[in-house]
Amino acid sequence: MEEDRVQATPEALELIERLAAEHGPLVFLQSGGCCDGSSPVCMRKGELLIGPNDVLLGEIGPAAFYVDHEQFERWGKPRFVIGVSPGAGDTFSLEGRDDLHFVIVG
Amino acid sequence: MPVLEKEFTYAPPGLAGSPVPLKERYDNFIGGRWVAPKKGQYAVDLTPATGKPITEVPKSTAEDVELALDAAHAAKDGWAELSIKERSRVLNAIADVIDANAEMLSVAESWDNGKPVRETLSTDIPLASDHFRYFASVIRGEEGSISEIDKDTIAYQYREPLGVVGQIIPFNFPLLMAAWKIAPAIAAGNVTVIKPASPTPWSILKLMELLEPIVPAGVINVVNGPGAEVGMALATSKRIAKVAFTGETATGRMIMQYAAQNLIPSTTELGGKSPNIFFEDVMAADDDYLDKAIEGLVLYAFNKGEVCTCPSRALIQASIYDKFIERCLGRIEKIKQGHPLDILTTLGPQVSKAQLEKVTNYVKIGLDEGAELLTGGHRNVLPGELAEGYYFEPTVFKGHNKMRIFQEEIFGPVLAVTTFKDEAEAIEIANDTMYGLGAGVWTRDMLRAFRMGRAIKAGRVWTNCYHLYPAGAPFGGYKASGVGRETHKMMLDHYTQTKNVLVSYSPKALGFF
Repeated sequence: MEEDRVQATPEALELIERLAAEHGPLVFLQSGGCCDGSSPVCMRKGELLIGPNDVLLGEIGPAAFYVDHEQFERWGKPRFVIGVSPGAGDTFSLEGRDDLHFVIVG
Repeated sequence: MPVLEKEFTYAPPGLAGSPVPLKERYDNFIGGRWVAPKKGQYAVDLTPATGKPITEVPKSTAEDVELALDAAHAAKDGWAELSIKERSRVLNAIADVIDANAEMLSVAESWDNGKPVRETLSTDIPLASDHFRYFASVIRGEEGSISEIDKDTIAYQYREPLGVVGQIIPFNFPLLMAAWKIAPAIAAGNVTVIKPASPTPWSILKLMELLEPIVPAGVINVVNGPGAEVGMALATSKRIAKVAFTGETATGRMIMQYAAQNLIPSTTELGGKSPNIFFEDVMAADDDYLDKAIEGLVLYAFNKGEVCTCPSRALIQASIYDKFIERCLGRIEKIKQGHPLDILTTLGPQVSKAQLEKVTNYVKIGLDEGAELLTGGHRNVLPGELAEGYYFEPTVFKGHNKMRIFQEEIFGPVLAVTTFKDEAEAIEIANDTMYGLGAGVWTRDMLRAFRMGRAIKAGRVWTNCYHLYPAGAPFGGYKASGVGRETHKMMLDHYTQTKNVLVSYSPKALGFF
């Protein structure tokens, strides 16, 4: 694990806790590419098979946060700060049902 | 239709004089009818031009996806058994009705997405209708095959449709990307359930109003709602035979995994970070070609950079860098950002507040990592009713390819420029990315152009052009840019399966038992 590379704002943490209470254990995968490409995608734990090429960056509240290894390297191993903003994104991320989206704020 | 050079602004949908009639609320289009979402929930659809509501669309749930799948399954045998001639006639009728309503659809698309109406009039809508015509025509020429195994044993190969397919559409070209997915699917004899993108749920409903009397009930079904609800219900369903998706990589992985769990095929298009390479000979003369090359660089701002193949990395040979970038920055200054329904506007707002925030954040990342800001870099607050719209200035950074702004698709009007010494370095930089969707090569030397075209690891290398999307040229990704191709008759392979009927005409037993 890459130690302590991810944090969340208090608003994001509150939302993560709320989603965990509704859906059970959660996992984040940092997305890339087209459309909502830089979005952190929040899903139920086990929804997606986390593979050997994903790096665990830390935990935000009860949720583990992963990123693809090559993507992490190419982005220069940044620290991520996860926030939340109004409006649904266009991914399968769970908070979209509540017209919100997680976003990298730093 | 207005000419593109003369000042003219369309009235927004629903207002007096607008070519687009508007209802206060729309429903899902299922089984040829307009069906309210089961739970009765609706979401407000905003226009990025002003940040104000256009209308309401369903905030559907998994139950509505089931209804659409019911309708699709009821329609699939009838559609599959229709003669090719009749199926082709329906696709041509779709193309005709799109053309006959091109102005209405162009304005609706522009208002829903924010893209300038001069783009939808000249590009999105004509390409959408042509796409249906292309698939209407190629299926007439499709043939199976017969092979003689021996003189009494014949193998017959038929191409049969998959059945009901699920298709998830991105927000950047809501109607054109829908055409890219719907046309080959239904041409091949499948029926489809469509999940439009959450920021652009409405323009496709204007299209469905036109298609209602033309397409048999249940062949095209549209269900709006959140990706985590509607998209996931569709992609995980045991009742689809294939899933197609355009979007980001995390959801792309989920889509491919669900397909694996259900043992069905998937096709994905997941974006890129496309290089646009300018060799020194582009400046060998100050002529039409140079003018075209300069426009070629500025095409990063086409559709506000919200294009999977946005040429968002410009690689300029060092020997011409100063002069060439000066000419390009001069052209970028002439970009007219404003009301998307103004026929002279060349740059509209980002599709959503979320995208605007993302672009703003990437500019900050670029500055923090030491990239040099050559122009732009700020939200553009326009006067009057546009003040709350999601406009961002056309932006150019200079830096190097290891920077994050060179590695991640920003999906905004943000260009990252760097230089190269020679052809070998150009190839090295071009390929130094996770993605491989598009690339551009600009040179008067066609021997070099040929070498570059083969050396770049991307699904399409535009050579002395960019952002052309004709039906008949296959489009799709290398590397992490996805799996599968679009816009070509080979798509029929993605939407059919091969039936082999192996016939013995011999009366003799095998002799085993």
